[in-house]
Amino acid sequence: MSAHVAHHFDDATQQAHSATLGMWLFLATEVLFFGGMFLGYAQYRYLYPHAFAEGSHHLDVVLGTINTGILLASSLSVAMAIHGAQLGHRKTLIRLLVVTIVLGIAFLGIKAYEYWHKYQEHLVPGRRFDPHVPAGEAAPPPEMELFFSFYFTMTAVHALHMVIGIGVMIALVVMASRHRFSAEYYTPVEMSGLYWHFVDIVWVFLFPLLYLVG
Amino acid sequence: MDSGFRLFPEQGSAEAARVDALYYFLLSVSGFFTALVCVLILFFVVRYRRGAKVNRHNLGTNVTLEIVWTIIPLVLTMVMFGWGAQVYFDMRTPPEDCMEIHVVGKQWMWKIQHPDGRREINQLHVPVGRPVRLQMISEDVIHSFYLPAMRTKMDVLPGKYTTMWFRPTKPGRYHLFCAEYCGTSHSQMTGELVVLEPDDYAQWLRNAPDDVPLESLGRELFQQFRCHTCHAVDQQTSRCPPLEGIYNSEVTLADGSTVIADEAYLRESILRPAAKVVAGYKGVMPTYQGQIGEQGVLQIIEYLKTLEGASPASNQE
Amino acid sequence: MSIDVRPTRNYLNANYSVWSWLASTDHKRVAILYMISLTLFFFVGGAAAVLFRLELMTPPGDLVISETYNKLFTLHGVVMVFFFLVPSVPATLGNFLLPLMIGAKDLAFPKINLASWYLFMAGGLFTIAAIVVGGVDTGWTFYTPYSSTYSNTNVIATAVGIFIVGFSSVFTGLNFIVTTHTMRAPGMTWFRLPLFVWALYATSLIMVLGTPVLAISLLLVAVERLFEVGIFDPAIGGDPLLFQHLFWFYSHPAVYIMILPGMGVVSEVITCFSRKRIFGYTFIAFSSLAIAVLGFLVWGHHMFVSGQSIYAGMIFSFLSMFVAVPSAIKVFNWTATLYKGSITLTTPMLYALGFIGLFTMGGLTGLFLATLAVDVHVHDTYFIVAHFHYIMVGGMVMAYLGGIHFWWPKMTGRLYPEWWGRISAVLIFFGFNLTFFPQFVLGYLGMPRRYHAYAEEFQVLNVMSSAGASILGVGYLLPLAYLIWSLKYGKRSGPNPWRAKGLEWETPSPPTTHNFVDTPVVTGPAYDYLPKDEGELEERHVPVESAS
Repeated sequence: MSAHVAHHFDDATQQAHSATLGMWLFLATEVLFFGGMFLGYAQYRYLYPHAFAEGSHHLDVVLGTINTGILLASSLSVAMAIHGAQLGHRKTLIRLLVVTIVLGIAFLGIKAYEYWHKYQEHLVPGRRFDPHVPAGEAAPPPEMELFFSFYFTMTAVHALHMVIGIGVMIALVVMASRHRFSAEYYTPVEMSGLYWHFVDIVWVFLFPLLYLVG
Repeated sequence: MDSGFRLFPEQGSAEAARVDALYYFLLSVSGFFTALVCVLILFFVVRYRRGAKVNRHNLGTNVTLEIVWTIIPLVLTMVMFGWGAQVYFDMRTPPEDCMEIHVVGKQWMWKIQHPDGRREINQLHVPVGRPVRLQMISEDVIHSFYLPAMRTKMDVLPGKYTTMWFRPTKPGRYHLFCAEYCGTSHSQMTGELVVLEPDDYAQWLRNAPDDVPLESLGRELFQQFRCHTCHAVDQQTSRCPPLEGIYNSEVTLADGSTVIADEAYLRESILRPAAKVVAGYKGVMPTYQGQIGEQGVLQIIEYLKTLEGASPASNQE
Repeated sequence: MSIDVRPTRNYLNANYSVWSWLASTDHKRVAILYMISLTLFFFVGGAAAVLFRLELMTPPGDLVISETYNKLFTLHGVVMVFFFLVPSVPATLGNFLLPLMIGAKDLAFPKINLASWYLFMAGGLFTIAAIVVGGVDTGWTFYTPYSSTYSNTNVIATAVGIFIVGFSSVFTGLNFIVTTHTMRAPGMTWFRLPLFVWALYATSLIMVLGTPVLAISLLLVAVERLFEVGIFDPAIGGDPLLFQHLFWFYSHPAVYIMILPGMGVVSEVITCFSRKRIFGYTFIAFSSLAIAVLGFLVWGHHMFVSGQSIYAGMIFSFLSMFVAVPSAIKVFNWTATLYKGSITLTTPMLYALGFIGLFTMGGLTGLFLATLAVDVHVHDTYFIVAHFHYIMVGGMVMAYLGGIHFWWPKMTGRLYPEWWGRISAVLIFFGFNLTFFPQFVLGYLGMPRRYHAYAEEFQVLNVMSSAGASILGVGYLLPLAYLIWSLKYGKRSGPNPWRAKGLEWETPSPPTTHNFVDTPVVTGPAYDYLPKDEGELEERHVPVESAS
């Protein structure tokens, strides 16, 4: 029995099978976790389509698009990292994981800049919420604040998942540099990759729903 | 209110009798199956106790039996569903000739306004025999207007009108409870439904001659908030759509969709006017959220209901 | 029976240090950690119930003030639901038995299993802390906008506590599903699994798919309070019903988390003490899955008078009726299992039979609530309170205690005193009925739930209920006392005192750390009680009397 098979498993196949099933189940719970927010979003957008379109116009589509590109690129680098791990190329694995981490941090940086911008524009919901109205134009509908409630909650929960993902990637780099993976055993890399792809897919849904409405 | 010990509540309406009939049906079905299961268990436990000399020849699984005890509950529950849905549908559909009363719930009291302006707190006086429709809204959290003797209740929501109706058939005093937990003094948010004979009811109404009808109060508010500077009655302006005959009319919105201008729409258009702007107008009206209370909004809506539409007859004059 | 059959080395005496317990990934030790913590939470929740039952002896609110009363019932609900009932059977008996029953050395993810316990304790401490520094008064349902805007109590800390404990629940469910799929011993096919495993599997599905929705709903409430990000705030157009939809989407299936594992326990106990194969194995197994699936489609029946449309109400009523069918199938099959059995009324059997009676009543009164017109009247009254206590206390707590007694010899290697066990089982059964049956009557009379003070005409029934609660309290304290006593003074049980079937009984009592020396191979169906067992049973009398 190889060293990486835990005592309670019969063999490596059983262990890998369990890990994969466990990860997919975990992602199912994540789908339902985000699903609650998407349901709320859908209901309110149905009730207040005008206000949601109005709110969406206040978001920066260019930055959103750049961030989408960054995340798609990071998904590619993760996929390539897993491929490197399958072939047992330790250096390729580490290099691509670092690329993924850098892309993830870039995404968070741009997101933080967008948040800062919204803060200055008084678009953060709560007492300070006070959208600027150009002279002669109608005030935006009050339900626009709901749009921003969803914008901030959903993107913040997504960003939290990114932070956790980056932490996992850093842990993988450390493990890889300690020769913990081989062509026979790279389950943690594969599982973390699944998680990273999931977080990207959530963004792929968030981007059009928040930035491209109306 | 009869405060003696009892197992079943008073019936204050014909609907209460219908709910009770359904309840007795459910009780007998439940009683039968509970008794069946308990008797069988006790019988088996005694007869097949360890050491008893009985035939234990084993049958194994019996699919016919399984199908039988799948179908029997299924049929019974479908009867329950159909019967319950029918009574529920009638209890949720008010008849045409309802007397309309407004209820505003707030922590922790019920404020009630009659159409002629009579107001009461935690008491609701109604005449016997007439259907009463309650139009309800909350100023803060969710409450629930519960009349056990009428077997009916309805949640009272912030920001959204709900309605319920009942037709009392027996004069008397009945409980009024708040059934949805609403904070510290939830259990004190109670009151009385007083069902009076028609003569007594007329007498009760006459006892307060100073009450001003709701639409008059609404007109005062309409002036006070200077609504008339834009929404001038009998005078078309380009800034806002006419209000004459608006109640229950079909309104086309800026995005092309149409809505019926019911109480909910009128309330929303007063408090959050930008939400649904009428086609052809700019949403320039300011919000009155936080300035007019729910009772005030109800009064203004009553006033708007009185504004006559531009009917062909009035055009000829 | 003085032969010491206990193995010299087992999971209990393998290492005595505190750290060896707190860092143990052995599913059996984690189960014991859960059992101790759950017992604590059960008595915390119970203490709150004692206080408000005392308050309700008289119509006016005279023992405590309204704020305190509201905090007491919230404490009772939150602690009992999230910190006792949801984890009760799965986290203790399930954790202990699932690997043993399927012939595995441990759960698929032993470290995650230990982490689940730490999450559970962290969530519990958060909630207890919130209560110690002033309490929370929203009710366990946290309806907005009361919870999000109006309550001045520690809603955020409590919500965070439940959020954390939700993760514990998700990871436990995930672990069980994966373990059932991948860790079964050779020959242990799906239809040879004990029904307890089927019940755990159905429960885990709900835990994994439902809990995240509860987590996000509570997170949104906490975020709204913290940052004033008004997702539920009616002032800016928020819909107060959205929270109810999200909450019940989890919490209705969660009700089935709080009964399905109990049904599993009852299936095990009834076959063992009837010495008979269970009647309709596949029907019971699939009815567990049917309940889990239907559970996700019926949440709207909590909202018949909430202002949702009449037609939504009708659809939810229609779907809710179907839950009665798998429930009825189970009850009839258990009863039929008794037919032509060879029945002994041991303590676990008394609990199991009590469960069937009380669950039948709880289930049938559920039909009253699914029936639209009746629900309009009894919604949010004591009828609801009585109904769900019949399911959760009459059902789940009876099953939990029955299961604890049934597997106590396996877990500890000791027998509990049989007569004390029977006395407490009977006390609990009668105390329970006296406590909660009057509440059905109260509810139909119209007494709303969560009322600190109530109208005079309700007093007689309330006094009956409080009297029953005091009997129930004694009934619960008795097992606590004699089970602890039995740890030192109870007779040694031997590996299989009930001569029960199932892989868990083929291990020594208590089992060794790795459960099985050699991986067992399964060759026959579950509950293979053969007639020859009867003869053996006659000569090897079930040891019922304790050495006192």
